[in-house]
This record gives sequence, structure tokens and C-alpha cells, in this order.
Amino acid sequence: MNNDKNALDRRSFLKASLLSGGGMMLTVSFLSSFKSADKAEALNLPDQWAELNGYIQITADNRIKLVCPNPEFGQNVMTSLPMIVAEELDADWKNVTVEMGPHDNVKLGPQFSGGSNSVRMYWKPLREAGAAARQMLREAAAQTWNVPVGEVTTKAGVLSHSSGKTAKYGQMAAKAATLPVPKDLVLKSPKDFTIVRKSKKNVEGLKVVTGKPLFGLDYRMEGMLIAMIQHPPGFGMKLKSFDAAEALKMPGIKDVFSLKLYEEGFEQAGFDTRTFNDLLVIVGKSTWEVMNARKKLVAQWEPAGEVKDTMAGRDGKRIVTVPGALESSQTQMAQMAEYAKKPAQELRKDGDPESAFKNAAQVIERTYTAPFLAHNCMEPMNYFAHVTDEKALLVGPLQSPGWIEPTISKLLNLPPEKIEIQMTRMGGGFGRRAYNHYLSEAALISRKVKAPVKLIYTREDDMTYGIYRPMYTATYRAALDANKKLIGFHVKGGGVPEHPIHANRFPAGAVDNYLAEGWQIPSNVTIGAFRAPRSNFNAAAEQSFLDEVAEAMGKDPIQFRLELLKKAKENPVGKNNDYDADRYAGVLELVRDKSGWGKPGSEKYSRGVAAYFCHNSYAAHIVDIVTRDGQPYVERVFSAMDCGIVINPEAATNMVQGAVVDGIGNAFYGALTHKDSAAQQTNFDNYRLIRHNEAPKKIEVHFVQNDIDPTGLGEPPFPPVFGAVANALYKNKGRRFYNQPFKPELDKAI
Amino acid sequence: MCAFLLHLHFIGTLLPIENINTVATFNLKINGKPRTVDVDPATPMLWVLRDHLDLPGTKYGCGIAQCGACTIHLEGNAVRSCQLPVSAVGKSPITTIEGLSEKAEHPVQKAWLEHDVAQCGYCQAGQIMTAAALLKRNPNPSDEEIEAQMSGNICRCGTYVKIKEAVKSAAKK
Repeated sequence: MNNDKNALDRRSFLKASLLSGGGMMLTVSFLSSFKSADKAEALNLPDQWAELNGYIQITADNRIKLVCPNPEFGQNVMTSLPMIVAEELDADWKNVTVEMGPHDNVKLGPQFSGGSNSVRMYWKPLREAGAAARQMLREAAAQTWNVPVGEVTTKAGVLSHSSGKTAKYGQMAAKAATLPVPKDLVLKSPKDFTIVRKSKKNVEGLKVVTGKPLFGLDYRMEGMLIAMIQHPPGFGMKLKSFDAAEALKMPGIKDVFSLKLYEEGFEQAGFDTRTFNDLLVIVGKSTWEVMNARKKLVAQWEPAGEVKDTMAGRDGKRIVTVPGALESSQTQMAQMAEYAKKPAQELRKDGDPESAFKNAAQVIERTYTAPFLAHNCMEPMNYFAHVTDEKALLVGPLQSPGWIEPTISKLLNLPPEKIEIQMTRMGGGFGRRAYNHYLSEAALISRKVKAPVKLIYTREDDMTYGIYRPMYTATYRAALDANKKLIGFHVKGGGVPEHPIHANRFPAGAVDNYLAEGWQIPSNVTIGAFRAPRSNFNAAAEQSFLDEVAEAMGKDPIQFRLELLKKAKENPVGKNNDYDADRYAGVLELVRDKSGWGKPGSEKYSRGVAAYFCHNSYAAHIVDIVTRDGQPYVERVFSAMDCGIVINPEAATNMVQGAVVDGIGNAFYGALTHKDSAAQQTNFDNYRLIRHNEAPKKIEVHFVQNDIDPTGLGEPPFPPVFGAVANALYKNKGRRFYNQPFKPELDKAI
Repeated sequence: MCAFLLHLHFIGTLLPIENINTVATFNLKINGKPRTVDVDPATPMLWVLRDHLDLPGTKYGCGIAQCGACTIHLEGNAVRSCQLPVSAVGKSPITTIEGLSEKAEHPVQKAWLEHDVAQCGYCQAGQIMTAAALLKRNPNPSDEEIEAQMSGNICRCGTYVKIKEAVKSAAKK
């Protein structure tokens, strides 16, 4: 059953893939591209892998290797994606080992981790891969036993026939690998699943707890040098000149030079965003030596002025003007307040909102703001590169090898077949590692010094030269008539440098007179995707606002939302409403029932609710705040999710709990601010991340049970946390919180 | 948390501010084995382990003793290796995640697997080392003690609920 409200996301994803310059396949034709083995004899050794397709290899001694196509950044794809294959293959999970695949978009599909797309995008192709291999194994057994294939059954990696013949998959693998890939496949009914929906441990768990070298920063090669980049002190600045004499005297230092990342007119793909173009590079033998010597670099910086970037686009290349001013957060905030008053671009209009507001008995208007956020992946940006005139080997953490390969090919003037990109486990991603300028930088540095190089960003580099979550604001207005009925809804959102509005999301479709508008302020601060882009702000603002509107109407906040959703379902306003009202209501009802909302027993808590739909899944949270040492503390959270079939329940619960913690942390503390273009937070001593004692004691996660094709989970639980926290804070403090992060606002209140 | 932060602060005062352009030989005892390195005496143990001794399980997260990713045991106490110059180690034995138990037989590692704690996994070596030292000192910590002691280790994926469950279950073993 496919009930995936994905139209918008799929479109934006297509756009993204196109901007990135190709290399992606949205219609996965992995099976047709896969060639069967030529000869069975080639595979007659017991430990030789017979490759049934790009995802499945089996040895004669019955070991099964499943290849994970997508990079792992903690969303647990290395376990969940192979589980999907193993399910349809009917493999015995105990015999399965998992390997991270090579970069091969032809054989392994898009290989993009992000947009909560891994499971959603690979669900069908991986089931087909498993089912096809199982069919080939059955065919091989049927031929060997001389029985009709329809009589060969499988269970947990064993082929059987009613005559009593049995064989392990390994015994038939070599023969199966020579057979044609079947065209017509029958997939299992969800009720027959034996692996999917049963919790499986992280396949790399043992390596994680024993400290094995899994991450890019752990990668080494004989003769490898360490490189770091000295960036300008702020955005809008560039390198004027430098003196490396003292740095070069330091032990272990090999070279200091400046390097241009993109030459004039270089056509950047959509994810080629970079913070700076003129790089001052220092290369040496060891990390500590380079860190130290770097302090001896003497550099002069100058204003970069207005910069013209050439960007690839669907309709050919276009020139983007990057302003040159040295920006500060304070002035950006003031600028946002000013822009908010100006006319904006209309994004959606239903009915006659102007009249509704003119005739309203009561208008509620509230403005919300949120700052830039740094991703702060625990493993700072890094990449290994070994580039020669003939080829390039690139190893490290990234979310989408297919997006960077065309750029690398152009930068190094090497054909794609001479470029090998390997994906290490990522120490976090959150969107940051979709922007692989650090890989391009490493490659150019390696070519320059003619040696294998690992480029390392220090924590300070990582934080101060990021690809940030934009700064956002939105003003919401609600029009109530004399009977306190909601007759008009207006959202006008903007940001630096993009607006946050998803015009077709709830409550669009539920209000007769609706208007959504957006505006943006250009900036030289680099921005990009951050866990649930735009939604991570919208859900905070909109869900706080709905709470306030419900209160003004004298309604329970959950009941109010359910009434709006009922209308959106039975009598939807407008077209292209981006959500399924039933599923949206479903998570609200589930969290209401599981948390005992409105029932006795939770009097000690200040409770706040919020729900949101994004990235094709539905989430609702109830946040319970207590006062601890005079401060509001989120002690308990109830979460309800609808992401269709849950592949790996315990890991899914972990993911939702993590998103809740992440949301609470960013709601209270997250902020990256600038003064005269320089970041004011440089490390974890002044950029506050949520810690163990600030996380809830309990986060209870519930999933709506259905047989809908699975959608993602990395992003959807994150955005509504902010709204639920804001609404619970109101109950706790008796006043509303409109500006993130909330902690400084709280401190002001005391 | 206070106790070992004070301890770290003490070590921090030993750290030379600028590097010294000399290389010295250090005979260390790491994971029960003698190891010798020739490095600048100011080099933090973090980089000695990672760059010179091929023990990359100890992670770099911040370099300023704020995140705990680089936690190792020095004489059984959890310390931040990013703030521990090799010259301050002396004869004190060091244990890293690789030496806690190679096959994950330590109760904390077992509990981490049982509760499937890791998401990205980058911070978990540090979390495990802090938890192991905590349980050695205090085999039966209360929830509040776990919260306080584990709060020096940041998990950006937010696995704190699982971490607490794992520490509690390791304490029972």
C-alpha cells in the first residue's frame, strides 16, 4: 500500500539531483544493469563470493554478504537496508554480514543519505533485489533437483522440496549467479515478514564499542600528510597576502600555500556550496604539528566585496551575486524586522483572506524568530585524498558520493572512472555532509603536494566556517469571528538568506481564507540543509501559534487541531494539500491516548503538544516540563510517529529519542551568531549543546501500526519538538516564548 | 562530574602554552603493553594515540576538554586525552577503548551492545570510557549520579536515554 504524500519532496529532490550535475538514478534499474556471472566454474571455491546482484553475495560455505548502498551517519541504514534485502531473500539473519558498498550509482542506485529518503527510496528496489535473488536460488535448485521451480520453497536460507531434498543457499549460489535475472517478482505480504519489523542490533555495534577505525578521521595511508586550512576571520573576507616563514620553521611542516577552490567561472553544482574560495593551506606530518604551526601563519585579509558565483541550473548556468558586506546577527535581526513589513511573494492564497481579516472580531498576530544553527557533527569535517595525474582515491565521510563526483571530475580533469570515492561511517551528518567542498579541497591539496593527504577541520574550523541552518522569522495571523471561529489564517515568513515557508502544509487546506507569503534577504553567510530544512523552524513557530489560537478560542489544543484536520479531510480547501489529514490526526490521537492527555495523573507537569508532517512522515510529541533548581526542565516526553512500516523498531525508537533530545537542545540553547562577519561561537565552551543531565529522563515512543510503505525517520520527529517545548514552557512560566533559543529569553524573564 | 573536572583542570595547568621545538622519547604503558614514542613533549595523548600509536578509537571532538570524545583511563581514572600532554603521563598506565576489552567483554561494552546505544557512534568510545571509570568508582550509581557523571560527554545524536539504560544495566553485572 502506498500512501506516501511525497509529491513536493520528490519534486524538490529531483531538482536537487539535477542541480548536482547528475549521477543519480531515481528509477532504480539495478537489476537490468546487473550482468549474470559468465561461468559457474569461476565460482567453485567454497569461500568465493557469488554475486547475485549488486546487493547480494553468497559463498558456497553459506555466508551471505549484503551490500549497503547508502552512507551511514547514525540513521542505521547499514542495518535497516540490508534487513529489507534479507527479508525478501528469506535469508537467515545470523549468517548475514553487511558491507558498505563502493560508490557505484549504476549498480547500487542513488546512494544518497539525506532527506529521510534512504528507506523510502530503497524499500521497493531492495525488496526486488532480495526477491530476485531468492527466485534465482530456487531456479538453481529446481534445475539441480530436476523438479518444477514452483515446488521449491525457502525458509531462513534453506531451499526445500517435498521429496525431502534440501540445500543451503550457499550450495546453489554459484549456479544461481549464472541464471538470468527474473522479470516478474512476487513480493511478500507484510504479514509474512520475519526480519522486517523485528528489532535487529546495529551491524557495526561491536566495532563501535571496541573503537575500531570506522570514521574518516581514522583513515590512514602510508606516507599520508595532514592538511589544515586557515580561513578568513569572517564571511565577506578573503586572503590578501601571507607570510609563512615562521610556520615553515616549525617541526614537521612540509608546505604552506594558497589555493583557489573554484577558478573564475567554474560552474558550481547545487551542493558545491563553500564557505571561502581562497584557501590558505598548511601541510605537515602530524595533526598536532600542523595545529601548532598554523598559529605561526601571518595572514592579511581584506574585504572580498561583492562576488559573482556561477551556478549550474536546470535552465543552464546562472550568476548568483553574493553580497560583500560584513554582517552581524544584530543587524540581520533588525533587517528581518524591516523586511517583514514590506510586500512579499505570494506563495498560496485560498478564499479571501483580506476580507476575513478586515471583518474579524479578533486578530491574533505573533512573530517568531530563530538564529543560524551550526550542525556540530561530533566528527569534524575531514577527507582523505590521494590524487595523481592518472587517478584519484578519496576516502571519508559524505552523504552523497554521486553529487560530488562530477565536481571532482571537473576540478581534477579526470574522467569519473578514474575517481574512486569511498564512504566511511560518518560521525554525524545532519545535512552538513551533503556539502562536500571539504572533499574538493582535500583533492586539490593532494594534487598540489603530490602526496596522500588528510584534510582536517578543527572543531573551530568546523563551527565557524559552516553551511548553517538559515536565520528565520515568520509572522502568523489568525482571524476569529464573533463566535471565536477561525475564519482566516496568514503566514508571512522570511529569512537570511531564504524563507522557511512550506505553503501547502497544514493548516493550509483546513482554513477557508488562507494566505502564505515569503521573502528573503541575500547574505554571504553560507547556508544549507540542516535536519528537516525549513520545517525545523516552521514547526516551532506554527505549532506555538496554533496553541495560542486554540487558547483564544477556548479549545483544547489537540481537539482544535483534530477539528481542523477533520475539515481538511472532509471538505479540503484548495489543492495540493501536502499531507494526509487522517495520518496527521492519527499521531495526535495516539500521543494523546498514550500520554494520558487531559486525564488525571500528570498534574506535576507543564504539558505542551505539537505535531508536524514533513519528509513524508508524521510526528506528534507531548513534552512534560517540571521546575528543577528554579529552571524549567523537560523531564518526560511522549512521541507518536507514523512512518508506515517500521523496519527496525528498537533502532527507530532510538532515532526518535535522539531527535527529541536534539530538538530540546536546539530549542533551549542552539545559536550561531556573528559580529562583524565573524562567528561568536567557536567551540563547545560557547556553543551550548544539550548534555546528559539536561535530556529527559524518559522518552516514550509509539508508532502507528499500518502496512503503508515505509517513509523516513531521521528528520520528521525533530521539528515539532521545538513547538511542544515552547507550548510547555508557556504552561510552566505563564508567558510565551517567541524567539529561539529560549534559554536567553528565560534568563531575561528571571 | 566535579571531581574529575577538577582533576582535568589540574592537568590543564601542566600543559605548556606554546609548543617546544624539541622531540623527546617517552616510554608509555598503554593497554598493558610498553609503547615508545618520539614526540614533542607537549603533544596531547589524544594525538600520540591517534597519529603515532595507531590507536584511533580515542576520538577528537573539540580539543578543549568540553565534549569527552577523547576520554581515556589514566591509572583507572577517566581523563581527557586532548588536555593530557605526553610529558605528564610518566609511569601511569593508560587504557584506551581498544584496551578496555578487544572483544567487547567489559560489562559496559556488553551493555552498550545489549541496548544498541550507538547512532553515529563517534562519541561512544568516550561515553563507554567515562561509564567504565564511573562504575569502577561507584558500582551502584543513582540516576542522578549517572546524569552528573556522564554530563561531560556530549552525544550529538542524543542517545542519552539509551546511555543511561546501558550504564544502569552494566551496574547490575
